[in-house]
Amino acid sequence: MLNYIWLALMVIALIVGAINGRIEAVTKAAMDYAATAVDIALGLIGIMALWLGIMKIAEKGGIIKMLSRVIRPVAKFLFPNIPSDHPAIGTMLMNIIANWLGLGNAATPLGLKAMDDLQSLNKSKDTATNAMVVFLALNTASITIIPMTVIAVRAKLGSANPFEIISTAVFASTCATIAAVIAAKLLQKLPGIRKSDPNRIDTEKEEGEKNA
Amino acid sequence: MLDSLSTSVVIDTISQVAQSTSSESLFVIIMKGFSNYAIPFLLLIIPILGFAKKVKVYEAFVEGAKDGFTVAIKIIPFLVAILVAIGMFRASGAMDYFVYLLSPITNLIGMPAETLPVALMRPLSGSGTLGIVTELMNEHGPDSFIGRLSSTMFGSTETTFYVLAVYFGAVGIKKSRHAVAAGLIGDVVGLLMAVFICRIVFG
Repeated sequence: MLNYIWLALMVIALIVGAINGRIEAVTKAAMDYAATAVDIALGLIGIMALWLGIMKIAEKGGIIKMLSRVIRPVAKFLFPNIPSDHPAIGTMLMNIIANWLGLGNAATPLGLKAMDDLQSLNKSKDTATNAMVVFLALNTASITIIPMTVIAVRAKLGSANPFEIISTAVFASTCATIAAVIAAKLLQKLPGIRKSDPNRIDTEKEEGEKNA
Repeated sequence: MLDSLSTSVVIDTISQVAQSTSSESLFVIIMKGFSNYAIPFLLLIIPILGFAKKVKVYEAFVEGAKDGFTVAIKIIPFLVAILVAIGMFRASGAMDYFVYLLSPITNLIGMPAETLPVALMRPLSGSGTLGIVTELMNEHGPDSFIGRLSSTMFGSTETTFYVLAVYFGAVGIKKSRHAVAAGLIGDVVGLLMAVFICRIVFG
């Protein structure tokens, strides 16, 4: 799907850019954003190193396993193919809590560590597993209890109550999260998507056991 | 009959919740304090717990931290691909055509046409969306319906394509399977629910 969207974005950009006489701006944007992408990635190095270091301590001290055990019932429903004491559960929980608290700086490194833990259970390293897609769904729709960025802008522009959008934003993002997870769970049952599951044999065995 | 009754009850409770948040600054103060202390707390408690469990904390930290560089570098090709395509799309002005095409539908659900660019930009670019939201609030005021709705939309979902590129990029996943579809379904639901709840609470 990403193949089609990626190509469509560029084809539309070039055609519409030519019609609008903005072809130079489109070219400049391509060069600028390529540089921006590298800046963003390089900017992550320090903060990634910090959190990966802390997480290594947490892992060796058994803290992540402890966290994994705490949310076993929820984890079993969301990620049925992951053993309930696997470190991936603990790191995913930490990522989701960091997202809730609006700690963007910590959430991304923790999320990437969780992806790394999920990847250790993946049989084909270039294809997303069902668990990864569910975890991504949790992150792309991400609930934030206090969306600080937009609140700060509201306050700066003289809002009488910059915080009044908290309840509406939490409501909307909760719905988004539930919808994304349900969508991930339903889509993974489609024949074409099931065929591309890297852990297909495990999933089928598990479903066979459920039916029996 | 039962339906309309239960709907009005829901609307009443929701508007009560909305009113209580505007006066309940204590909740906000606690949450803000929590956010401020959460990171220092984690940076302190994890090494202390590790030390208590006889982990060689400094050695473990350095061992984990050395992967920071490789992870960040691995993301680059994925992020370049996604950001270049989105940047070109934004610069071409194609967004205006999508707004024009979709405005009849959004009018039907009571979504002001001005907020449509916010919805279309949200999955593509976080900073781009914040720019549009800021502009709208500058023009209409942060406490106008448009200002409140666009702020809610900003908080309703994450930048799907950025998250996909970074998270899959970090572990080298090229075949994303149904992740894009699930993420976009979440975005659409989140944005529509933002319109729905704002019409009830602020309408």
